[in-house]
Amino acid sequence: MSPPLPADLITVNIDGREVSVPKGTNVIEAAARLGVDVPHYCYHPKLSVVGNCRMCLIEMGMPAIDPATKAPVIDPTTGRQRINWSPKPTIACATTASPGLHIRTKSPMVRDCQEGVMEFLLINHPLDCPICDQAGECKLQEQSTGYGRGYSRFIEQKNVKPKRTLLGPRVMLDDERCILCSRCIRFSKEVAGDDVLGFTDRGSYSTLTCYPGRRLENNYSLNTVDICPVGALTSTDFRFKMRVWFLRQTNSIDTESSAGANTVVWSREGAVYRITPRDNGAVNDTWMADSGRALYKEIRSPGRLDAVRVNGAESTLDLAAKAAGEIFAGGGVAVVGSGRGSVEEQFLTRKLAQALGAPAWLVSRVGEGDGILVSADRNPNVRGALVTGLVDELPRARLDALAAAIDSGKVAAVVSVGEDLVAAGLTEAQLGRVSVVYLGTHANPTSAAARVAIPTLTVFEKNGTLVNQQFRIQRFAKAVPGADGGVDDLVALARLVAAAGAPAPGADIGSLWAAIASEVPVLSGVSYASIPDTGLLLDASRWSGLAFAEGASLHYRPSLPAQKEAAHV
Amino acid sequence: MPAPEQRRIIFRHIDEAGYTPDLACYVRNGGYEVLRKSVQRKPDELIDEVKKSGLRGRGGAGFPSGLKFSFVDRKSGKPIYLIVNADESEPGTFKDRYILHKDPHQLLEGIMITCFANRVERTYIYIRGEFPEGAKILERAIAEARAANFVGPDILGTGYGCEIYVHRGAGAYICGEETGLIESLEGKRAYPRIKPPYFPAVLGLYQCPTIVNNVETLCHVKHIADMGGDAYARIGTPNNTGTRILCVSGHVRRPGYYEFEVGKVTMGQLLHEVCGGPLPGRTFKAVIPGGSSAKVLRFGERFKGKRKVGAEMVEYDWGVEDIPMDFDSLAMIGSMGGSGGVIVMDDSVSMVEALGNINAFYSHESCGQCTPCREGTLWMKKITGRMVHGEARPEDGALLRSIADQIAGTGPGPTGRTICAFGEACAWPTQSFVAKFADEFKGYAESKGAPRPEGAPELV
Repeated sequence: MSPPLPADLITVNIDGREVSVPKGTNVIEAAARLGVDVPHYCYHPKLSVVGNCRMCLIEMGMPAIDPATKAPVIDPTTGRQRINWSPKPTIACATTASPGLHIRTKSPMVRDCQEGVMEFLLINHPLDCPICDQAGECKLQEQSTGYGRGYSRFIEQKNVKPKRTLLGPRVMLDDERCILCSRCIRFSKEVAGDDVLGFTDRGSYSTLTCYPGRRLENNYSLNTVDICPVGALTSTDFRFKMRVWFLRQTNSIDTESSAGANTVVWSREGAVYRITPRDNGAVNDTWMADSGRALYKEIRSPGRLDAVRVNGAESTLDLAAKAAGEIFAGGGVAVVGSGRGSVEEQFLTRKLAQALGAPAWLVSRVGEGDGILVSADRNPNVRGALVTGLVDELPRARLDALAAAIDSGKVAAVVSVGEDLVAAGLTEAQLGRVSVVYLGTHANPTSAAARVAIPTLTVFEKNGTLVNQQFRIQRFAKAVPGADGGVDDLVALARLVAAAGAPAPGADIGSLWAAIASEVPVLSGVSYASIPDTGLLLDASRWSGLAFAEGASLHYRPSLPAQKEAAHV
Repeated sequence: MPAPEQRRIIFRHIDEAGYTPDLACYVRNGGYEVLRKSVQRKPDELIDEVKKSGLRGRGGAGFPSGLKFSFVDRKSGKPIYLIVNADESEPGTFKDRYILHKDPHQLLEGIMITCFANRVERTYIYIRGEFPEGAKILERAIAEARAANFVGPDILGTGYGCEIYVHRGAGAYICGEETGLIESLEGKRAYPRIKPPYFPAVLGLYQCPTIVNNVETLCHVKHIADMGGDAYARIGTPNNTGTRILCVSGHVRRPGYYEFEVGKVTMGQLLHEVCGGPLPGRTFKAVIPGGSSAKVLRFGERFKGKRKVGAEMVEYDWGVEDIPMDFDSLAMIGSMGGSGGVIVMDDSVSMVEALGNINAFYSHESCGQCTPCREGTLWMKKITGRMVHGEARPEDGALLRSIADQIAGTGPGPTGRTICAFGEACAWPTQSFVAKFADEFKGYAESKGAPRPEGAPELV
């Protein structure tokens, strides 16, 4: 006899194998735990259950009990309790685990149901595969191969519906491909909070459309493209650009805000083609904002810095480091770090500030949080700066203290890691009074005025970690090689630390983390490789008194009410 | 055996000269006396009477009404609603329209007694959009009843109150499906809900416990409250108690509505004697006994087996004419009593065209929510349409049957492949027409098929 289970675990039997699942788990999820695939279209773990595709029909049975005595009925041939198999199939998405539930996913009845549903879905489906973006990641392709009959009996005329209709700036709709699963409708209503999609007409002529006069243009519209099982909803940005089977997938993090949505960057031969969300049930579920997806365009946007410059002339990293060293030797250096930099970069920036005895500031970027996945803090990694000790308090939008120090003559040189000082409140005159060492990806007044300008990499071109609003440290990985002339941020910072006369703990993630783990209290014992793909929650108690700007959003509740004023100033 | 006389309990006054739908006429004929008596009784007593009566729903499913009342969730504290299904859209059915248009107060009295018994405080009558006059008549009747305190916040001084609202539909058959109706009433598209978990008795209108009943069923409740459940149960036949209104249409000399004790009249008595037999020079070919969703019967078919009569198992060997018109017998021989819409077809009818007509109806009315019904109905319609237009193939009959089996399975009852019983409703006609008239379907390819044009590609 096995020991009794914890009270909220229920054992069910799927295809002869037992699995114990928490109360409330449906059969699709329970089967997935056993590695058993129950094909489905309309079911989505994060949306309400509608049960309309009928693809997940399975056979269910319950243990037989004598109604009079309540004793189990034993099957004489097996000696075990007989299972009363229901003659009717039932949908797995709407069947929750109950004690003794028996499921068959591969019986003749189930196969007949699956072949039937597949045939029905395909009879009016247009033969668009050769020109449809969904090919290669299309549930209809996968499940017709796995569960369909393999031949067609339909010789009638297929339904004609509107094709390639622009629903909004980022989403294209092809109504003929739509299998009417209603995932997009439920997502728009339940997650995005923008009830803009619905069906019109009836029966087989049912058509997906925007409500009259509305457009699908909210900042989560592209998630409908992700969850659409077929090529009905497609991204206008990705349309016709690349076949998905050529693309390489790299795990990354959305740097648009401190929400830290997990992403996948899809690239081929050094170019990024699209970004999609990555499943993290503790951070972003399976969603991300449209604005975060567009960030890959900055890789090749105009103004990308492409060469190391010293005093405006093209130079080399060695000469730049030497020139920086000369600037450092003059003293009065201040450091402006970046809330957009990685934890590793901020660690090295702190080393630099320590070596120079320089004060360090960050520049804050606070906007309106949308309550979902764009938090009020548009810097993705302010908490990384706190954790590494680069700063002790929350940044402000304007570098007034730095401006005052420049005016008073205390500061003669500024190292700016990715921040435009003019945008942060310095005047052109103040900028002109200091020698600037600038590390960054794109041109701005500060990079133009810099004595030493080192082009660095975007988040897509390097490895590192970021700490999100939950104080969860998450990894991002290099998807494409750095742009021409770009220098890895860690290499550049290590050279500057060396130029400041301090020993640099190495520019590669491995040796850097050895130092980080030993010097940063909250990260002690952590190694880069040990951080799970879904991130690692850190102990945030040291900063519990700070008035962070973020309000409540998906999977985040602030511990203190947001005091935007203090952070805004 | 000669046909029995009609027993007009519900339709007692329907054809009476000078009987008008107003309150005064109803009261003159003893109206609302039963309500007066009923509100003096305990609500649970009234539910018991309905249980004892053996009343089964007259809307099509034939579900025991007392059992339906007992399923209502009274523990959650949510308000309990009654919905009157006046959507009467099942092809071949035209009984509720006469109750609504000619004797609305009988319905209102039945509603109020049901509401009192089930502690319902609000009722919605969902009437199909195609009955605009009926909606007006109902509104007038409700206003009259309210003025007399038969409806309203304080009924007959008992302190118990119930309001009735009329809600008009807009022309969709699926709004007659109970959960589709509820969705429509809530202002949404009439997409039936999945059961489990959305059983109306627990999670119905606005997610509150709801009873959905057909118009005729609620009228029977009034008569049960009047004569008592035991007396009602003695009318009709065991397990098929009371009377029901049969609507006969099609190729008979006297189509119309006829109210008989359930099971006391056979198909043959009904069609030959009561309805005068086939039209001159014609013979009966097929009959659909319970609305177009019921499986068709072919004259000449034999049904053999054993059935329970009293305490014994008795052999039966029936032709179509011998079938008693009750729920159980019709279900036993592979069709159903349904809504009582008897559609008669004679030898002038092409069964392929008839099925084409039925398929066109179901494909038009499918809500489109679930895959098998949405795609299957239109596919079947396209096939029968193609056959009727001269491009039939010998295998089309078998293909139709296969599609219908794929929508609804091959079981005798609902098989759960679709969200609601519309799947069975659209599949049963095709399954039965093709099975019983296979020769006609095959024959279409030979006789009606037009020659394919020269050079036209082969149909795969």
